[in-house]
Formats: sequence, C-alpha cells, structure tokens
Amino acid sequence: MTNVLELRQVSKIYGSGPTEVHALSDVNLSVERGELVAVMGPSGSGKSTLLTIAGSLEDPSKGHVLVNGVDLARISRSDRARMRRRSIGYVFQDFNLIPGLTALENVTLPLELDGARARAARSAGLRALEALDVADYADRYPDELSGGQRQRVAIARAIVGKRGLLLADEPTGALDSLNSEGVMRLLRAATQRGVAGVVVTHEAQLASWADRVVFLRDGRVVDQTAAPSGPESLLAAADPR
Amino acid sequence: MSVPHALLALLSEGPKYGLRLQTEFESRTGEVWPLNVGQVYTTLQRLERDGFVEADDGEGERSRRRYRITSAGARELAGWLRTPPELVPPPRDELVIKVLVALQIPEIDIHEILQVHRRHVIEVMQRYTRIKADAKEDDVPLALVADAELFRLEAIVRWLDAADVRLKQLPSVPAGGAASQVSPEPTRATEVSQ
Repeated sequence: MTNVLELRQVSKIYGSGPTEVHALSDVNLSVERGELVAVMGPSGSGKSTLLTIAGSLEDPSKGHVLVNGVDLARISRSDRARMRRRSIGYVFQDFNLIPGLTALENVTLPLELDGARARAARSAGLRALEALDVADYADRYPDELSGGQRQRVAIARAIVGKRGLLLADEPTGALDSLNSEGVMRLLRAATQRGVAGVVVTHEAQLASWADRVVFLRDGRVVDQTAAPSGPESLLAAADPR
Repeated sequence: MSVPHALLALLSEGPKYGLRLQTEFESRTGEVWPLNVGQVYTTLQRLERDGFVEADDGEGERSRRRYRITSAGARELAGWLRTPPELVPPPRDELVIKVLVALQIPEIDIHEILQVHRRHVIEVMQRYTRIKADAKEDDVPLALVADAELFRLEAIVRWLDAADVRLKQLPSVPAGGAASQVSPEPTRATEVSQ
C-alpha cells in the first residue's frame, strides 16, 4: 500500500522563550490510499495544527511532511501551492463555501484556479455533486441550502478532480446527529473509492467511522486503535435475555 | 431486552407459530440479539401459564401450535411499555470502580488507565458503526439497535474525557500520586459505587 500522507517526526512550536508553546511534538503518522484515519483529542491537543501542517497550509518547525511521496520541504512554494490545489481537499466545520457562488461554482473553483477549462471543470464538478447526491442543487447559492446540503457541497469541492488526500476538521460540528452520520458515510465512501482521508474530531461516534483512530494528547500521539475486527464478535457476545 | 414482552409485541400483530416468532424477533432486532427456538418455546410456555397467550388448538406438538395474545397479555404489554427501566440506583459500574481504585494506587498513571479504556470503548464503537455502515439503508431496526449501543458507549468516552480533564486540574498529580489527592474518607461517589 502507498502512503498518500506521511508525517515524520513533525513538531510545531509557536512563540519563543517563556511564551513558547509546543503544539506538536515528534508526531509520526502515515495514511494509506483508501484509508480513513480519525485524529481524536481534547481541545488544545494539536489536532487542527496537525491538519493544517498535513495540508501544507502551515510549515512544521521540525520534521517532514510527504504527500504522495513528495517531501513538501523540498519543493518550491509554487509547487506546494499546485499540490494543495490538485492533490488535497479540505472540509471545514463551517463549510467555508463562498456565498456569491452557486454550489457548482464553489465546486469547480479549485479546478478553474488550477487552469482547467470551464467545460471540463463543469462536468467534473457535476460528477462530484452527483457522487454526493446534491447535483439537483448545482445552481443554488449556499444560503439556499440546508446545513447538511452545504456540507455535501463542501465535500464535493474537496474530492473534485483527482485529489488523493482529503482533510476534514470537525466536519460535522454544525450538524445534527443524523446529518453528521450522513457526512461520515460520505467521507468513508470517498476514501473507499481510493482517497486517503484524515478527520480530526473530539467526538467518539464520528471517530468510530474511521478505519483507525489516533489519539493526540498535548501535541503527542499517545495511542491508536487496533485494526477493527468484524461485527461477528459482537453478535456472538450478544445475549437477548 | 425482555424476550417475553418482545414476543407479546409480535403476537399483538396476530397469531403466530414459535418458529416465525424466532425469525421475526431476530430480523427486527437487526439480528444483534440472537434467540434460539428453544428459548422461544420456554418463554411461550411461561406466558401461557400466566394467561398472557393462548394456543389456537390446545394440546399438541409445540411446533404445530399457533399462539395468540390474550387481553391480559395486551394489558401486560401496554403496562410494560410505559414502565420506565430501572435507572436509580445506578448500576455498579465496573469502569468507575476501576478508575476510583486506580486513584488509590501509587505508581499508577491514571491518564494511561483512562486512555486504555477509551481506546477499548472506541474499538467496540468501530465494530457497531461497521454493522450500521454495512447494513441496508432501510434496515431501521438494526440502525436503532446500533445507535442505542453507540450512544451508550459514547457516554462512557465522554465520562473518561471529563475524568481526564478533572484529574488534570488537580494540583500536580504525579503518576500514582493521586491517592494523596483523594480524601481517605469514603465520598458520596465511592459510597454509591460500593
């Protein structure tokens, strides 16, 4: 299996001297193609920092980040920007859709910024919206959509084109429990189609949709779940009396 | 899960044979709670003795008997549905006891103990989520059963998280030193657990 994302001994330090804060310390994390990993931890544990560094939105103070085997520190700023546009999709808690653009325009924007022709971008955008079951809302503006529909559009934007890495920061924070489940089903389906996914969350139910859960405490990876066993063991242990 | 009342509920739809009751019970609980046919017949026997069900054709081979709910059975079912489950006093919670005991033992890192249990609970949650993810979309009973377990387990994780934060707020809790932070007198919480 190929690692789409690899963090090697990554540390992030903010400030210096007495105000120095170690947001991440020696974090190692690999995510394979087709794998959904949840990063769980309390507020201030470094979850969001980990995600912004993994997504090349921020540089680590120490260590290396590799996306598709490419060390981000060894490529130019413009190549990193291109990698962000082409290979990495982001899903945020508050959707981050642009209000003046329709659902379809929001989805095609990263492709057009990357130089795709309008017609090609449109058909890729529609395919992504169809995969998320919101193609009917392609011409609606974000404020004409429900919270669940907006997050579906945001996920479509994150997977449009040939992105191999999907990063989601508390992607269901603004949704009720059934809509949250819907979003996790979609993220799981996206990774099963061959994307590597990382979701950071403090909610156990959301984390339980992942193939692997990594626990972060005070900027360090302290533990992770074993490979999930099948449901048979649960059924065998069940006692109806 | 009360098997007698579940059978009464199935019979409230109309008369049924034991074998059919077994398959319907399993399919409607998402097959999370397997039930053998012997248990169905033993339960039907007890329900018949108590006057809550009756067989169509009196005596005979048990697999050939068709059962139906009596009016007393319907009253029993209606009463049971409205009876709150036992919530107070709380069950003796093994996990709470373990954490309280760990606090008393020198050289134990309580946060490590909490994490061991957090990981285990989440691994069980992953298995229930997988059941739900693999189920047909219209299998509502299975989703309800899995949700019930997931919400129950999530509550345990939230308690572990809250315990972690509370214990971090204690002034300098060294590994195993938490014992000194805990009152030697039994608190209300420990009394409840005991």
